[in-house]
Amino acid sequence: MTSLTDPQRGSFRLSSLLNDTRYRSMTLQVIAAVVLALTLGYLYSNLMANLQEQGLDISFDFLYSPAGYDINQTLIDYNSQSTNLRAAVVGVLNTLLVAFLACVTATVFGVIAGVLRLSKNWLVRKLMAFYVEIFRNIPVLIWIIIIFTIMTAVMPAPSAFRGDTPSSSMLFDLFAFTNRGVYVPGPYFTRGFGGEDGSWINWLLVIGVLVASLFATRAVSARANDKQAKTGVRPKTFWLNLAIWFVPVIVLLFALGLQWDIPELRGFNFGGGIKIGGPLIALWFALSIYTGAFIAENVRAGIQAVSRGQTEAASALGLRPRRVMNLVVLPQALRVIIPPLISQYLNITKNSSLAIAVGYADITATLGGITLNQTGRAIECVLLLMLFYLVISLCISAVMNVYNNAMKLKER
Amino acid sequence: MKKSVFLGALTFAGLAAGAAAAGTLEDVQARGKLNCGVTTGLVGFAAPDANGEWNGFDVAVCRAVAAAVLGDPTAVEFIPTTGKTRFTALASGEIDMLARNTTWTFSRDVDLKFDFVGVNYYDGQGFMVPKALGVSSAKDLDGATVCIQTGTTTELNLADFFRANNINYEPVPIETNAEAQQQYLAGACDVYTTDASGLAATRATFENPDEHTLLPEIVSKEPLGPLVRHGDNEWGDVVRWTLNALITAEELGVTSANVGDMASNTTNPEVARLLGTEGNLGEMMGLEADWAKKAIMSEGNYGEIFAKNIGEETPIGLARGLNAQWTDGGLLYSPPFR
Repeated sequence: MTSLTDPQRGSFRLSSLLNDTRYRSMTLQVIAAVVLALTLGYLYSNLMANLQEQGLDISFDFLYSPAGYDINQTLIDYNSQSTNLRAAVVGVLNTLLVAFLACVTATVFGVIAGVLRLSKNWLVRKLMAFYVEIFRNIPVLIWIIIIFTIMTAVMPAPSAFRGDTPSSSMLFDLFAFTNRGVYVPGPYFTRGFGGEDGSWINWLLVIGVLVASLFATRAVSARANDKQAKTGVRPKTFWLNLAIWFVPVIVLLFALGLQWDIPELRGFNFGGGIKIGGPLIALWFALSIYTGAFIAENVRAGIQAVSRGQTEAASALGLRPRRVMNLVVLPQALRVIIPPLISQYLNITKNSSLAIAVGYADITATLGGITLNQTGRAIECVLLLMLFYLVISLCISAVMNVYNNAMKLKER
Repeated sequence: MKKSVFLGALTFAGLAAGAAAAGTLEDVQARGKLNCGVTTGLVGFAAPDANGEWNGFDVAVCRAVAAAVLGDPTAVEFIPTTGKTRFTALASGEIDMLARNTTWTFSRDVDLKFDFVGVNYYDGQGFMVPKALGVSSAKDLDGATVCIQTGTTTELNLADFFRANNINYEPVPIETNAEAQQQYLAGACDVYTTDASGLAATRATFENPDEHTLLPEIVSKEPLGPLVRHGDNEWGDVVRWTLNALITAEELGVTSANVGDMASNTTNPEVARLLGTEGNLGEMMGLEADWAKKAIMSEGNYGEIFAKNIGEETPIGLARGLNAQWTDGGLLYSPPFR
């Protein structure tokens, strides 16, 4: 029995577009879509008309003209005569670098803090609550600036390492901590392919060997499982795996003639080795601890979502607390943790655009900053920036969703 | 205007809203206030004092324009802009004029659609280093870390200079002069580079200015001057001739002290025309006859403004150099008031 009496099919009149429940929602949606399209079209034509009135146009030709400025951290070859496009790519790579590093460390901080927040130890629990509340309640920009300012103010300038009785010295004569960044020894190959500079082929070889080792150890484990299933005795694989991991790669590194380039004071700055710039460290660390605090709360929520009965059952089976956490609680908690974790990763990537505050050359600083400024192509640059952040966010989202689908409860 | 504001809010305020900006002179008169873009703070050029009053060499130009147009040198809203925000602020109509030691370049004039109305300071890019570094020439700076304000011509000059001399450096891009100062003093960079006048002004604010030195190389031409939007020629004329009035006043010996006296008693026809007792120059621009008199009364003539804000008597201590009158061997040369 229903109070709605739908009209017979075929009795369509114009008025039924509004009065008939079959058509009404469709009508409203079409109207909304038309209004939206008209609004966007109006905004676009207004923009174009105003631009034309000012004698400006939309053109991306500037991307192929020389940038004219230098960048302090470049992962690919770049000089002031490179194009604006290349400067943008340098910025993209720097953004991806800091976003990747910050995602990894924020996850580590977050998981540790989240688990420890549920510790039975009062002090540990309160300390972690303190960490979470302090860091997530102060804007990340402030954290970036605080850390950067502390770094530049507290760490010694390179000149402090100079002279017969320097006021600062290098750690183990290998690492130099200065207010411009941290200098660490950099590896290079003397007998590698592509000359002494060490081309990327060498590193590809090393990665290839490591991947081969990974597959080899998995095969060893599979065979051990097999044997255990058949005979009930698990063969010892620890030393074998250790050898598979380390022997081939060490042999390869020797064959390529691995050497370490130790940083040393040359002229105004340290030269040699790898420089991890102050802005990168400040940005990386600030994003990590800030987002780590959010992830800690996600992890805590995830763990608390696993019913107590699971923990009790695992304890009843005789598992120690650490194994209960690793084998029973965390795998189930992951299902709750991953979806909010995706948005935290997106936040890190987007927040990395605050790099400009400390002079880190990310995409917002190169394309959206200096290039925009020197060419005056504001609309084009901002459009490209929006496109980049959109694409990269969607990619992260897609990858994490694949992971989420793999981890989530399989209902059959 | 409404639709522009709406669109500007939605998309890019900067470029879209400019269309409503023609007729700036009427806008300013109707508003009763001049919106003038200045630096975020560079002592001597534009910086607020202890009472929050803006003072400085560039500020004086704003005040003179306000006096000429509105008859009141205090009817100015000072809007601090960074190297990055200044052009958007001007193009969008947020400010009526920009007096922010901005270099007159071809692309800014032609491509960015601005009109530079003249030059109020002939400058060049220099380098400042701590004396302890023991550097005597910019060519010794191979491998140095250089602090630089981002979004400025100095950024490009720097790249050109080091490339031309085939030496390396590491740029540290910085947003404002204050941040640059902090980084430089903390030793995060070896060198600070910007216009030589800016370096002198910055050094004057240091605790121990004597520990820092300016290197002899001046690596670029930096004619700094006020600018307005392209396409509003009436407004451009007002700002241009106000600046010229200040320069001409110095040349003709008209000062803030004697301007009233000169206006009524002068026998020099050009002074009479300038101060509005003869001819109708003010009327031609849509201003009152004594517009230039008011402009000069506000902060004095060019020489007075220079001496008061950045001259050798001040902590900044800049010599007139290129900025002397043409009659004294400098480059200042105003077209005649006729």
